[in-house]
Amino acid sequence: MINCRNVTRLLSEAQERSLSITERVLLKLHVVMCSGCQNFKDQMGTLRLMTRTYAKRNNDHDE
Amino acid sequence: MTTNRNQKEDTKQTEDLLVDAPFLEDIRRQMVKFATLQLGDNNLAEDAVQEALIGALKNASSFGGRAALKTWIFAILKNKIADTLRYKQRAVNVSSLLREEDEDEAFSELFDRKGFWHKDERPAAWGNPEASLRENHFWSMFEACLERLPPKQGRAFMMREFLELDADEICATMNLTTSNLHVLLHRSRLRLRECIENKWYLQGERND
Repeated sequence: MINCRNVTRLLSEAQERSLSITERVLLKLHVVMCSGCQNFKDQMGTLRLMTRTYAKRNNDHDE
Repeated sequence: MTTNRNQKEDTKQTEDLLVDAPFLEDIRRQMVKFATLQLGDNNLAEDAVQEALIGALKNASSFGGRAALKTWIFAILKNKIADTLRYKQRAVNVSSLLREEDEDEAFSELFDRKGFWHKDERPAAWGNPEASLRENHFWSMFEACLERLPPKQGRAFMMREFLELDADEICATMNLTTSNLHVLLHRSRLRLRECIENKWYLQGERND
C-alpha cells in the first residue's frame, strides 16, 4: 500500500530522476484521491520556481 | 556588439561600481548570506566572497552595467563555493552527514504511523504563487525558511535548486549515495514547503 510519506518521496525524487511506469501509475492512483499529495505535487514545481527566482533576485536585487 | 568606446565606458562603470561603497557593501552582504547558507561556516564564506570579488575586479573590463555585473559576480561566487565544498567534504566524516534519529521525529509530526498526513499537516492549495513572488515581504520569509533548514538539508537543497547542480555532482561533492541525497532533498522539501505554507499562505487566514 502506497502512503503519503512514500508518495511525497517519489514526488520529490521526480525532481531528480525520471520515475518508472509503475511508480507513475502508483502516484497517479494515490494523488487523484489525496488532496494533500496533489497539493504537494504542485508545490514541488513551485519550490523550484521560487528558489530560481530567489537566486535571480539576489543577482538583480536593486535593479 | 559593443564598440571600443562603449567597452571602455563599461569597464570604467564596472570599476566605479566595485569601488562604490554602498553598492559593494550591499552585494557583499548578499554574497556572504548566500555563501554562509551554502558552506555552513562564516569564515569560509567570507573567504569565498573575498576571492570572488577580487576575481571580479581583475576582470572588470569584460562587463558593463550593474545587472550583468551582479549576475556575473554571483556566478564566480557559485564556483568558489563549489570548490570550497569539494575541498571541505573530503575532510568531513561521512557518518556525521545524516542524523536519522532527529529526522524520524520530524516525520512523525507530519505523518501518522501508517504514513498518511496528519489532518493539520496536509498540504493546502497555494493559489497563484506567481503573485507572491512580486512581494518583497515574501522573500524575507522565504529566506528565513531556507535558513531554518538543518545544515545538510539546506546545503543539498541549495546545491540542487539554487546552484542547479545535477544529482551526480552533488553526491560527489557531498560524498553521498544517490539514495542519501534523495532522502535529504525529500526532507528539505517537506520542511521548506511546510515553513512557507505556515508563514505565508496560512498567515492571511490567521490574521483575519
